[in-house]
Amino acid sequence: MPGTTDQYEGMIAETIRIPGHNGDRIHAYYAHPIGPGPFPSVVWLHHFPGWDEWSKETARKLAYHGYATLAPDLYCRDGHGAPEDMAARVRANGGVPDAQVVGDAAACRDFLRSQPNSNGKVGVTGTCSGGRHAVLAASCAPGYNALIDFWGGGVVVRPEDLTAMRPVAPVDYTKDLDCPILGIFGNDDRAPTPEQVDIHEAELKKHGKTYEFHRYDGAGHGFFYYDRPQAYRAEQAVDGWRKVLDFFQRNLGN
Amino acid sequence: MCTNIVERTNVSGGGRGAQGWFTLAEVSVSYDHPFHVQLEHALNIDFTNEAAGVGARVAVELTLESAKELARALKAAVDRADQYEATGYA
Repeated sequence: MPGTTDQYEGMIAETIRIPGHNGDRIHAYYAHPIGPGPFPSVVWLHHFPGWDEWSKETARKLAYHGYATLAPDLYCRDGHGAPEDMAARVRANGGVPDAQVVGDAAACRDFLRSQPNSNGKVGVTGTCSGGRHAVLAASCAPGYNALIDFWGGGVVVRPEDLTAMRPVAPVDYTKDLDCPILGIFGNDDRAPTPEQVDIHEAELKKHGKTYEFHRYDGAGHGFFYYDRPQAYRAEQAVDGWRKVLDFFQRNLGN
Repeated sequence: MCTNIVERTNVSGGGRGAQGWFTLAEVSVSYDHPFHVQLEHALNIDFTNEAAGVGARVAVELTLESAKELARALKAAVDRADQYEATGYA
Protein backbone atom coordinates (compact mmCIF):
# COMPACT_ATOMS: atom_id res chain seq x y z
CA MET A 1 0.00 0.00 0.00
CA PRO A 2 1.49 3.37 -0.91
CA GLY A 3 2.39 5.17 2.27
CA THR A 4 3.85 8.54 3.12
CA THR A 5 7.08 9.69 1.54
CA ASP A 6 9.12 8.91 4.67
CA GLN A 7 8.08 5.24 4.74
CA TYR A 8 10.14 2.47 3.23
CA GLU A 9 8.62 0.68 0.29
CA GLY A 10 9.93 -2.04 -1.95
CA MET A 11 8.93 -5.03 -3.95
CA ILE A 12 10.39 -8.08 -5.59
CA ALA A 13 9.19 -8.93 -9.07
CA GLU A 14 10.61 -12.07 -10.61
CA THR A 15 9.90 -15.21 -12.55
CA ILE A 16 9.39 -18.32 -10.48
CA ARG A 17 8.31 -21.86 -11.31
CA ILE A 18 5.47 -23.56 -9.51
CA PRO A 19 3.57 -26.80 -9.98
CA GLY A 20 0.43 -25.89 -11.93
CA HIS A 21 -2.45 -27.99 -13.22
CA ASN A 22 -1.64 -31.70 -13.04
CA GLY A 23 1.61 -30.82 -11.30
CA ASP A 24 3.14 -29.42 -14.50
CA ARG A 25 5.98 -27.01 -13.73
CA ILE A 26 4.95 -23.64 -15.13
CA HIS A 27 6.43 -20.17 -15.02
CA ALA A 28 4.74 -17.41 -13.08
CA TYR A 29 5.59 -13.76 -12.56
CA TYR A 30 5.58 -13.02 -8.85
CA ALA A 31 5.39 -9.36 -7.86
CA HIS A 32 5.10 -8.87 -4.14
CA PRO A 33 5.75 -6.19 -1.53
CA ILE A 34 8.74 -6.60 0.75
CA GLY A 35 7.95 -6.79 4.42
CA PRO A 36 6.42 -8.89 7.15
CA GLY A 37 2.87 -8.26 5.97
CA PRO A 38 0.38 -9.64 6.37
CA PHE A 39 -0.35 -9.03 2.70
CA PRO A 40 -3.44 -9.88 0.67
CA SER A 41 -2.85 -11.66 -2.63
CA VAL A 42 -4.11 -11.72 -6.19
CA VAL A 43 -3.93 -14.33 -8.93
CA TRP A 44 -3.56 -12.30 -12.12
CA LEU A 45 -4.51 -14.09 -15.35
CA HIS A 46 -3.02 -12.54 -18.46
CA HIS A 47 -5.02 -11.50 -21.51
CA PHE A 48 -5.10 -13.09 -24.94
CA PRO A 49 -1.92 -11.28 -26.17
CA GLY A 50 -0.07 -13.31 -23.62
CA TRP A 51 2.28 -13.04 -20.69
CA ASP A 52 3.44 -9.69 -21.92
CA GLU A 53 4.79 -6.38 -20.71
CA TRP A 54 1.39 -4.93 -19.87
CA SER A 55 0.45 -7.99 -17.84
CA LYS A 56 3.66 -7.89 -15.84
CA GLU A 57 3.40 -4.15 -15.37
CA THR A 58 -0.08 -4.59 -13.95
CA ALA A 59 1.20 -7.26 -11.58
CA ARG A 60 3.71 -4.71 -10.30
CA LYS A 61 0.97 -2.09 -9.97
CA LEU A 62 -1.02 -4.43 -7.75
CA ALA A 63 2.12 -5.16 -5.73
CA TYR A 64 2.67 -1.43 -5.31
CA HIS A 65 -0.80 -1.26 -3.82
CA GLY A 66 0.07 -4.00 -1.35
CA TYR A 67 -1.03 -7.19 -3.09
CA ALA A 68 1.29 -10.14 -3.54
CA THR A 69 0.46 -10.90 -7.15
CA LEU A 70 1.17 -14.09 -9.04
CA ALA A 71 0.64 -14.17 -12.80
CA PRO A 72 1.03 -17.62 -14.34
CA ASP A 73 2.19 -18.04 -17.93
CA LEU A 74 -0.93 -19.76 -19.19
CA TYR A 75 0.83 -20.56 -22.48
CA CYS A 76 3.88 -22.11 -20.79
CA ARG A 77 3.15 -25.62 -22.05
CA ASP A 78 2.98 -24.40 -25.66
CA GLY A 79 6.62 -23.35 -25.76
CA HIS A 80 8.66 -20.22 -25.26
CA GLY A 81 9.49 -17.23 -27.38
CA ALA A 82 8.37 -13.65 -27.81
CA PRO A 83 4.97 -13.17 -26.11
CA GLU A 84 3.34 -12.25 -29.44
CA ASP A 85 4.67 -15.36 -31.15
CA MET A 86 3.43 -17.49 -28.28
CA ALA A 87 0.00 -15.88 -28.37
CA ALA A 88 -0.15 -16.41 -32.13
CA ARG A 89 0.66 -20.08 -31.66
CA VAL A 90 -2.01 -20.49 -29.00
CA ARG A 91 -4.48 -18.57 -31.15
CA ALA A 92 -3.83 -20.93 -34.03
CA ASN A 93 -4.42 -23.90 -31.74
CA GLY A 94 -7.77 -22.56 -30.54
CA GLY A 95 -6.66 -21.41 -27.10
CA VAL A 96 -5.78 -23.30 -23.94
CA PRO A 97 -8.10 -25.78 -22.20
CA ASP A 98 -10.38 -24.24 -19.58
CA ALA A 99 -9.68 -27.02 -17.09
CA GLN A 100 -5.96 -26.38 -17.37
CA VAL A 101 -6.39 -22.68 -16.63
CA VAL A 102 -8.61 -23.41 -13.65
CA GLY A 103 -5.94 -25.76 -12.31
CA ASP A 104 -3.11 -23.31 -12.88
CA ALA A 105 -5.04 -20.54 -11.14
CA ALA A 106 -5.88 -22.76 -8.17
CA ALA A 107 -2.21 -23.69 -7.85
CA CYS A 108 -1.30 -20.00 -7.78
CA ARG A 109 -3.99 -19.31 -5.19
CA ASP A 110 -2.71 -22.07 -2.92
CA PHE A 111 0.90 -20.91 -3.37
CA LEU A 112 -0.02 -17.37 -2.37
CA ARG A 113 -2.10 -18.41 0.60
CA SER A 114 0.71 -20.61 1.90
CA GLN A 115 3.23 -17.75 2.09
CA PRO A 116 4.16 -16.85 5.66
CA ASN A 117 3.32 -13.17 5.16
CA SER A 118 -0.08 -13.83 3.54
CA ASN A 119 -3.20 -12.55 5.27
CA GLY A 120 -5.00 -15.61 3.94
CA LYS A 121 -7.14 -13.74 1.44
CA VAL A 122 -6.68 -14.27 -2.29
CA GLY A 123 -8.49 -12.66 -5.20
CA VAL A 124 -8.46 -13.62 -8.86
CA THR A 125 -8.73 -11.37 -11.86
CA GLY A 126 -7.73 -10.83 -15.46
CA THR A 127 -8.58 -8.84 -18.57
CA CYS A 128 -10.02 -9.98 -21.90
CA SER A 129 -9.66 -13.78 -22.06
CA GLY A 130 -8.16 -13.46 -18.58
CA GLY A 131 -11.44 -11.98 -17.34
CA ARG A 132 -13.26 -15.01 -18.67
CA HIS A 133 -10.64 -17.28 -17.14
CA ALA A 134 -10.98 -15.52 -13.79
CA VAL A 135 -14.74 -16.13 -13.81
CA LEU A 136 -14.09 -19.79 -14.56
CA ALA A 137 -11.36 -20.08 -11.95
CA ALA A 138 -13.51 -18.69 -9.16
CA SER A 139 -16.56 -20.70 -10.20
CA CYS A 140 -14.94 -24.08 -10.81
CA ALA A 141 -12.40 -24.13 -7.97
CA PRO A 142 -14.03 -22.28 -5.09
CA GLY A 143 -11.83 -20.78 -2.42
CA TYR A 144 -11.10 -17.24 -3.58
CA ASN A 145 -12.15 -14.19 -1.60
CA ALA A 146 -12.83 -11.83 -4.52
CA LEU A 147 -13.18 -11.94 -8.29
CA ILE A 148 -12.82 -9.15 -10.82
CA ASP A 149 -13.87 -9.69 -14.41
CA PHE A 150 -12.38 -7.10 -16.75
CA TRP A 151 -14.44 -7.28 -19.96
CA GLY A 152 -14.13 -11.03 -20.28
CA GLY A 153 -15.59 -12.12 -23.61
CA GLY A 154 -17.10 -15.56 -23.98
CA VAL A 155 -18.64 -15.77 -20.50
CA VAL A 156 -22.01 -16.08 -22.19
CA VAL A 157 -21.72 -18.54 -25.07
CA ARG A 158 -24.10 -20.07 -27.57
CA PRO A 159 -24.18 -23.89 -27.33
CA GLU A 160 -22.93 -24.20 -30.93
CA ASP A 161 -19.81 -22.20 -30.02
CA LEU A 162 -18.67 -24.56 -27.25
CA THR A 163 -15.54 -26.55 -28.02
CA ALA A 164 -13.60 -29.42 -26.48
CA MET A 165 -11.31 -26.90 -24.81
CA ARG A 166 -14.22 -24.73 -23.71
CA PRO A 167 -16.97 -27.26 -23.06
CA VAL A 168 -19.19 -25.19 -20.74
CA ALA A 169 -20.18 -21.53 -20.82
CA PRO A 170 -18.70 -19.87 -17.71
CA VAL A 171 -22.05 -18.23 -16.94
CA ASP A 172 -23.49 -21.71 -16.42
CA TYR A 173 -21.21 -22.16 -13.40
CA THR A 174 -22.59 -19.05 -11.67
CA LYS A 175 -24.40 -21.02 -8.99
CA ASP A 176 -21.01 -22.36 -7.79
CA LEU A 177 -19.36 -18.97 -7.36
CA ASP A 178 -18.57 -18.41 -3.69
CA CYS A 179 -17.03 -14.93 -3.60
CA PRO A 180 -18.05 -11.37 -4.50
CA ILE A 181 -17.52 -10.33 -8.12
CA LEU A 182 -16.75 -6.93 -9.58
CA GLY A 183 -17.31 -6.46 -13.30
CA ILE A 184 -15.71 -3.71 -15.40
CA PHE A 185 -17.19 -3.33 -18.89
CA GLY A 186 -17.33 -0.89 -21.77
CA ASN A 187 -20.71 -0.27 -23.32
CA ASP A 188 -19.22 -0.20 -26.82
CA ASP A 189 -17.61 -3.61 -26.39
CA ARG A 190 -18.65 -6.46 -28.67
CA ALA A 191 -17.05 -9.23 -26.59
CA PRO A 192 -18.85 -9.06 -24.25
CA THR A 193 -21.76 -7.09 -25.62
CA PRO A 194 -23.91 -5.13 -23.15
CA GLU A 195 -26.62 -7.74 -23.75
CA GLN A 196 -24.26 -10.53 -22.71
CA VAL A 197 -23.31 -8.56 -19.61
CA ASP A 198 -27.05 -8.29 -18.87
CA ILE A 199 -27.38 -12.07 -19.07
CA HIS A 200 -24.42 -12.56 -16.75
CA GLU A 201 -25.82 -10.04 -14.30
CA ALA A 202 -29.26 -11.67 -14.36
CA GLU A 203 -27.68 -15.02 -13.57
CA LEU A 204 -25.76 -13.56 -10.62
CA LYS A 205 -28.95 -11.97 -9.35
CA LYS A 206 -30.92 -15.19 -9.81
CA HIS A 207 -28.46 -17.11 -7.64
CA GLY A 208 -28.22 -14.39 -4.98
CA LYS A 209 -24.55 -13.64 -5.57
CA THR A 210 -22.79 -10.50 -4.36
CA TYR A 211 -21.81 -8.48 -7.39
CA GLU A 212 -21.02 -4.96 -8.64
CA PHE A 213 -21.04 -4.30 -12.35
CA HIS A 214 -19.71 -1.00 -13.67
CA ARG A 215 -20.44 -0.20 -17.29
CA TYR A 216 -18.71 2.70 -18.97
CA ASP A 217 -20.11 4.79 -21.78
CA GLY A 218 -17.70 5.80 -24.51
CA ALA A 219 -15.50 2.77 -23.88
CA GLY A 220 -15.08 -0.50 -25.70
CA HIS A 221 -12.89 -3.54 -25.26
CA GLY A 222 -9.66 -3.07 -23.33
CA PHE A 223 -10.11 0.53 -22.32
CA PHE A 224 -7.37 0.30 -19.66
CA TYR A 225 -4.73 -0.46 -22.32
CA TYR A 226 -2.81 2.81 -22.59
CA ASP A 227 -0.54 1.20 -25.19
CA ARG A 228 -3.55 0.65 -27.49
CA PRO A 229 -4.55 4.21 -28.42
CA GLN A 230 -7.71 3.13 -30.23
CA ALA A 231 -8.94 1.36 -27.09
CA TYR A 232 -7.63 3.49 -24.24
CA ARG A 233 -10.08 5.76 -22.45
CA ALA A 234 -8.22 7.66 -19.77
CA GLU A 235 -11.16 8.99 -17.78
CA GLN A 236 -12.94 5.65 -17.64
CA ALA A 237 -9.72 3.79 -16.87
CA VAL A 238 -8.84 6.06 -13.97
CA ASP A 239 -12.29 5.61 -12.48
CA GLY A 240 -12.14 1.89 -13.12
CA TRP A 241 -8.84 1.51 -11.30
CA ARG A 242 -10.31 3.33 -8.30
CA LYS A 243 -13.19 0.89 -8.20
CA VAL A 244 -10.85 -2.08 -8.57
CA LEU A 245 -8.57 -1.05 -5.72
CA ASP A 246 -11.53 -0.18 -3.51
CA PHE A 247 -13.14 -3.57 -4.19
CA PHE A 248 -9.96 -5.46 -3.43
CA GLN A 249 -9.37 -3.43 -0.27
CA ARG A 250 -12.87 -4.18 1.01
CA ASN A 251 -12.71 -7.88 0.22
CA LEU A 252 -9.04 -8.74 0.64
CA GLY A 253 -7.72 -6.14 3.04
CA ASN A 254 -6.54 -6.88 6.57
CA MET B 1 -9.06 -16.85 -29.23
CA CYS B 2 -11.56 -14.35 -27.94
CA THR B 3 -13.73 -14.71 -31.03
CA ASN B 4 -12.87 -18.37 -31.64
CA ILE B 5 -12.64 -17.60 -35.37
CA VAL B 6 -9.59 -19.44 -36.67
CA GLU B 7 -8.89 -21.57 -39.74
CA ARG B 8 -5.74 -23.61 -40.20
CA THR B 9 -4.18 -25.46 -43.08
CA ASN B 10 -0.81 -26.82 -44.10
CA VAL B 11 1.17 -25.01 -46.77
CA SER B 12 4.35 -25.60 -48.73
CA GLY B 13 6.64 -22.74 -49.59
CA GLY B 14 8.90 -20.23 -47.97
CA GLY B 15 8.50 -17.11 -45.91
CA ARG B 16 10.79 -14.39 -44.64
CA GLY B 17 10.53 -13.77 -40.92
CA ALA B 18 12.54 -11.94 -38.31
CA GLN B 19 15.41 -14.42 -38.68
CA GLY B 20 15.37 -14.53 -42.49
CA TRP B 21 13.91 -17.06 -44.85
CA PHE B 22 12.46 -20.33 -43.59
CA THR B 23 10.35 -23.19 -44.90
CA LEU B 24 6.64 -22.70 -44.32
CA ALA B 25 4.58 -25.56 -42.93
CA GLU B 26 1.31 -24.12 -41.64
CA VAL B 27 -0.86 -21.06 -41.94
CA SER B 28 -3.54 -19.90 -39.55
CA VAL B 29 -6.11 -17.29 -40.43
CA SER B 30 -7.99 -15.75 -37.55
CA TYR B 31 -10.32 -12.87 -36.89
CA ASP B 32 -9.37 -11.78 -33.42
CA HIS B 33 -7.40 -9.21 -31.45
CA PRO B 34 -4.31 -8.07 -33.38
CA PHE B 35 -0.99 -7.14 -31.78
CA HIS B 36 0.01 -4.18 -33.89
CA VAL B 37 -2.75 -2.65 -35.98
CA GLN B 38 -5.02 -0.35 -33.99
CA LEU B 39 -8.22 -2.34 -34.31
CA GLU B 40 -10.25 -4.33 -31.83
CA HIS B 41 -10.32 -7.23 -34.26
CA ALA B 42 -8.32 -7.85 -37.41
CA LEU B 43 -7.95 -10.57 -40.01
CA ASN B 44 -4.69 -12.10 -38.85
CA ILE B 45 -2.61 -14.37 -41.05
CA ASP B 46 0.29 -16.26 -39.51
CA PHE B 47 2.57 -18.30 -41.74
CA THR B 48 4.57 -20.59 -39.47
CA ASN B 49 6.77 -23.61 -39.15
CA GLU B 50 6.09 -24.92 -35.67
CA ALA B 51 8.88 -27.47 -35.91
CA ALA B 52 11.35 -24.67 -36.56
CA GLY B 53 10.44 -22.81 -33.38
CA VAL B 54 7.88 -20.32 -32.20
CA GLY B 55 9.75 -17.44 -33.83
CA ALA B 56 9.39 -18.95 -37.31
CA ARG B 57 6.40 -16.78 -38.15
CA VAL B 58 5.41 -14.27 -40.80
CA ALA B 59 2.56 -12.20 -39.45
CA VAL B 60 0.04 -10.02 -41.23
CA GLU B 61 -2.84 -8.10 -39.65
CA LEU B 62 -5.45 -6.68 -42.03
CA THR B 63 -8.68 -4.77 -41.82
CA LEU B 64 -11.63 -6.96 -42.71
CA GLU B 65 -12.25 -5.02 -45.90
CA SER B 66 -8.67 -5.29 -47.09
CA ALA B 67 -8.71 -9.01 -46.24
CA LYS B 68 -11.68 -9.42 -48.56
CA GLU B 69 -9.76 -7.62 -51.28
CA LEU B 70 -6.75 -9.86 -50.67
CA ALA B 71 -8.97 -12.95 -50.93
CA ARG B 72 -10.31 -11.67 -54.24
CA ALA B 73 -6.82 -10.97 -55.57
CA LEU B 74 -5.53 -14.34 -54.36
CA LYS B 75 -8.39 -16.18 -56.04
CA ALA B 76 -7.88 -14.25 -59.29
CA ALA B 77 -4.14 -14.94 -59.35
CA VAL B 78 -4.66 -18.63 -58.55
CA ASP B 79 -7.24 -18.96 -61.33
CA ARG B 80 -4.86 -17.37 -63.84
CA ALA B 81 -1.99 -19.56 -62.61
CA ASP B 82 -4.12 -22.67 -63.09
CA GLN B 83 -4.92 -21.56 -66.63
CA TYR B 84 -1.27 -20.84 -67.33
CA GLU B 85 -0.21 -24.27 -66.09
CA ALA B 86 -2.88 -25.94 -68.20
CA THR B 87 -2.50 -23.99 -71.43
CA GLY B 88 0.72 -21.99 -71.28
CA TYR B 89 -1.35 -18.81 -71.44
CA ALA B 90 -2.64 -16.78 -68.52
